[in-house]
Amino acid sequence: MAGYVITITSGKGGVGKTTTTANLGTALALQGKRVVCIDADIGLRNLDVVMGLENRIVYDLVDVVEGRCRLRQALIRDKRLPELHLLPAAQTRDKTAVSPAEMAELCHVLRKDFDFVLVDSPAGIEQGFRNAVAGADYVLVITTPEISAVRDADRIIGLVEAAEKGPVHLIINRVRTNMVQRGDMLDTNDVIEILAVDLIGIIPEDEEIIISTNRGVPVALGEHSRAGQAFRNVAARILGEEISFMPLRDSRSFLSRLLDRVR
Amino acid sequence: MVNWNRVFRRQRRSGDVARERLQLVLVHDRAGVSPELIQTLRHEIIDVISKYLDIDQAGMEINLTQGRDRSKLVANIPIRSSRRAGHTPEGRA
Repeated sequence: MAGYVITITSGKGGVGKTTTTANLGTALALQGKRVVCIDADIGLRNLDVVMGLENRIVYDLVDVVEGRCRLRQALIRDKRLPELHLLPAAQTRDKTAVSPAEMAELCHVLRKDFDFVLVDSPAGIEQGFRNAVAGADYVLVITTPEISAVRDADRIIGLVEAAEKGPVHLIINRVRTNMVQRGDMLDTNDVIEILAVDLIGIIPEDEEIIISTNRGVPVALGEHSRAGQAFRNVAARILGEEISFMPLRDSRSFLSRLLDRVR
Repeated sequence: MVNWNRVFRRQRRSGDVARERLQLVLVHDRAGVSPELIQTLRHEIIDVISKYLDIDQAGMEINLTQGRDRSKLVANIPIRSSRRAGHTPEGRA
């Protein structure tokens, strides 16, 4: 069966596209799926460091498209999961080095060898974004519960729907339960209702993300991180399992919650 | 320091403020209508209607709102009462 091309995008920068791509790729590979993650952020290469593969890069996406190497030569196999691969972005070129048609063709070739092709989109709505969604079967829009990120997500959802690029699902990232509970953060239900789109993941704010990125080891590999569990749940839902959303209830004592509100 | 405004909910919760601001900004984004365009519309509507009716400009409201599947432009334009007998609810003596 041909693989499935998933583009991870957001509009706004810094909401967690690259982190999501690395963790979703990891979680799908943990399920035994053959996965390739493409860093489509040409000029601002980052997926390699988040996955901890920055020292292994020889060729990149632009080398493949311009014919300086074969596709297989540019693919980097993950250190820990043999089913997980990375196609890195070029660092010294810009978004116009690749066209949407070339990206669509690349996704088409890769889907023959992989179960999942994950495309990490750059921020913005310009050519880098158009490249990233060109070959998509399915688009994951990432947002955080902040006005600016949700506004940009709305714009992106409009553009993806206009381009007729498959179903769109939403991941709400960096949810801070205690802030939601005291009414100082947009509630996930508000965000879904406003954007009128189906939800596939709620990722709690988790310091482990920073620690794991420091080390170049995605959190989805470890057992103890809440964000890692949330990413594994998203992967399971993509694979068709029905998993309820993690309880976001604050388990801390009444007193500490009261103190939090007073502060 | 204790923030008493918060304890007694004298201040609106910022999450609710965020939701309302977001809904408003998205209505304009989706319709492709800028706040400046609304201002221009407002002035022109005043010009046209004032030719025929005495309207209360300060009490006038023009807003974009989000309907089920389309945006709506809603104008609420109070007309200054002409105070003709029989037309006001109180019924002037």
